[in-house]
Amino acid sequence: MLAVTWLCAGTAAALLAFIVIYVVKRGAPALNPQFFTSLPTPVGITGGGVANAIVGSIEIIGMASLIAVPVGVMAGIYVALLGKGWLAEAVRFLSDVLTGVPSIAIGLFAYIIIVVPQKHFSANSAGVALSIIMLPIIVRTTEEAVRLVNPAIREGALALGIEAWKAIVLVTVPCARAGIVTGALLGVARVAGESAPLLFTAFGSQFWNIRPDSPTAALPLVVFQYSIAPYKDWQQIAWGGALTLIALVFMLNITARALFPARIVR
Amino acid sequence: MSQDSVEAMGAPAVAAILRPRRQTSALGDRIVLGAFTLAAWLVLLIVVALFAALTIAAWPAIKTVGLSALHSATWDPSSGKYGLLSFIYGTLVTSAIALALAGPIGIGAALLLAEVAPRRLAGPVAMLIELLAAVPSVVFGIWGLFVLAPIMRTVVEPALSKTLGFLPLFQGYFYGVGLLTAGVLLAIMILPTVTAITRDIFEAVPRDQREAMLALGSTTWEMLTRAVIPYARSGIIGALVLALGRALGEAMAVVMVIGNKPALSLSLFSPGYTMASVLANEFTEATGQNYVAVLVGIGSLLFILSMIINVFARLLVRSVGGARQGRS
Repeated sequence: MLAVTWLCAGTAAALLAFIVIYVVKRGAPALNPQFFTSLPTPVGITGGGVANAIVGSIEIIGMASLIAVPVGVMAGIYVALLGKGWLAEAVRFLSDVLTGVPSIAIGLFAYIIIVVPQKHFSANSAGVALSIIMLPIIVRTTEEAVRLVNPAIREGALALGIEAWKAIVLVTVPCARAGIVTGALLGVARVAGESAPLLFTAFGSQFWNIRPDSPTAALPLVVFQYSIAPYKDWQQIAWGGALTLIALVFMLNITARALFPARIVR
Repeated sequence: MSQDSVEAMGAPAVAAILRPRRQTSALGDRIVLGAFTLAAWLVLLIVVALFAALTIAAWPAIKTVGLSALHSATWDPSSGKYGLLSFIYGTLVTSAIALALAGPIGIGAALLLAEVAPRRLAGPVAMLIELLAAVPSVVFGIWGLFVLAPIMRTVVEPALSKTLGFLPLFQGYFYGVGLLTAGVLLAIMILPTVTAITRDIFEAVPRDQREAMLALGSTTWEMLTRAVIPYARSGIIGALVLALGRALGEAMAVVMVIGNKPALSLSLFSPGYTMASVLANEFTEATGQNYVAVLVGIGSLLFILSMIINVFARLLVRSVGGARQGRS
C-alpha cells in the first residue's frame, strides 16, 4: 500500500519532467542570437526577436526588487527580532495571506492606484504590482534566516556595549546573509514569470520603451500574446520565451535553495 | 546561562535596549529600529490598501449593475447585460476538478516525503516538486494549449465519453479546450502547493502518535491512515483550501485552455469562462465606464473571495502547526 505514495510523488516528478523536456524541445530551436537581440518583426518576416521584452522584464523586475527587497528585509528583521506586540504576528499572518492573493487582483490594484490617475500604462505600475507579490516571500524568508542566527552572538555584541541597531545590522544580519539573499532570489523567481499583473500595468510594446513611465514589453507578456496567435513563427517565439523563462526561474530557485536549504514559503 | 534562556532572551532583550540609556545610542537606535518598524507597518498598510482600493473600486459596478448580476448568466457587455453566473460557475467547476485530482495525489506525495521516503531521497524529490511550483503560469498555459489540450481531445475525452457518457458531465462534443482541460491543468499547478503544505502538517504531528500506533502492532500504512492523517485532518483541510484559493485566482494558464465562452453547461467538455480569465481576456479591450467597472468588480470579488479563503485556510493550518508558528 505504501507504493501508492511512491506513485503519487512519481506522478508529480514525471509531470515536471514531461513539461520541462517538452518546453526544451519546442523552445530550443527558437533560441538563436536574433531572438535575444532584435525587435519583434511583423508576421511572416523572419529575424524577429524579443530583445525589448527581455530588457523590459529586467527593468520591471529591477524596479520591483528596488521596492520590495529593502522593505521586505527590514520588515522581516522587525518580525524576527523586534516584534513584541501584535504587529509582528499580524505582519507574519498577513504575509502568509498575501502570498495567496491572485496576481491578477494585485495587477488590478496597481491599475487602480497608478494607471488610472496617470492615464497611461507604465513600467512603474508593473514594478509596484510585482513588488507587492515579491514582498511576502522576502519578509518570511528573511524572518526565517534571522531567526536561525544564534542569539548568543548578538547578546555577546550587546554585552560588549555596542548599540542595539549596530548589533542587529552589523552582527546578526551578516550572519543571516545567505538566507536574505535567498529570499530576494526566490522573490525574483516568483515574479519573473508572472504575466497576469503585467496585462494592465505594463501592457506590452512592440518597440524599445525603456522609460519607466511608458508601456513596456515583458517576456511573460510576449509568451502569452504570441502563443495564442495563429502564426507559426510567433508561436515559435513564444516557445523560445517559455524556455527562457523556465531556465531563468529554475536557475534562481536552485541557486536559492543551494544557498539556504530551509523550506519556508509556499 | 543555558541555551534555552539565551534564546528566550532574544526579542525582549533587544527591545529592552530600545529604552535609551546613553545619549549616543538613542538616536541611532531610534532611526534604524524605527525604520524597521516602519517597514513592518508598510506591509500592513499594503494589505489594507489592497483591500480598500479593490472594495471601493467595485462600488460603481454594484451601483449600476446591482446584485442581479449574480443571478444572470448572460454576459453581453455591448447590450449592457452583465451576468456573472457563468464565470462563478466556471471558477467553481475548474477549481473543484483541480482539487479532486490534486488533493489525493498531493497528500500521497506528502506522505511519501514526510514519512515513507528515506531522508536522503526526500530532499531531492521535494526539490523536484518545488520546481514544479516554480514553473511560470504562462508556461503551463502554453504547454496546456499545445500539449494537454490535444491529449484531452484525442485520448482522454473520447475515452471518458465512451465509458462514462451516460453522465451529463461527459456528454457533448469535445474540443480539447474546456472546463475539464482547465481543471486538469489547474490540478497540475496546485499539486506542489498541496504537497508542500501537507508535508509540513505531517511533520508537525507528534511522534508519540505514530509510536503508539506502531506499538499496538499496526503496519506502516495503518499507522499513517489511522494515526497520522486523522490527527492532521484540520491541517490537511487547510492545505486543500489554500490550494483551492490558488486555483480560484489562476488567470493566465486557465485563459489559454478554457475556451473563453461565457456559458453554463453541465458537460465538462464544453468551453467555459472563469472570473480570473475574463479579467485577463477582456480588461484591456473593455470600452465604456460600465464595462470596465463590472470587470473591476469581478476582480474585487475574486480578491475578497481569495482573502476569506486564505485567512480561513491559514488559521486551519496553524491549528495543527501549533508550536511551529513561524512556518508556512
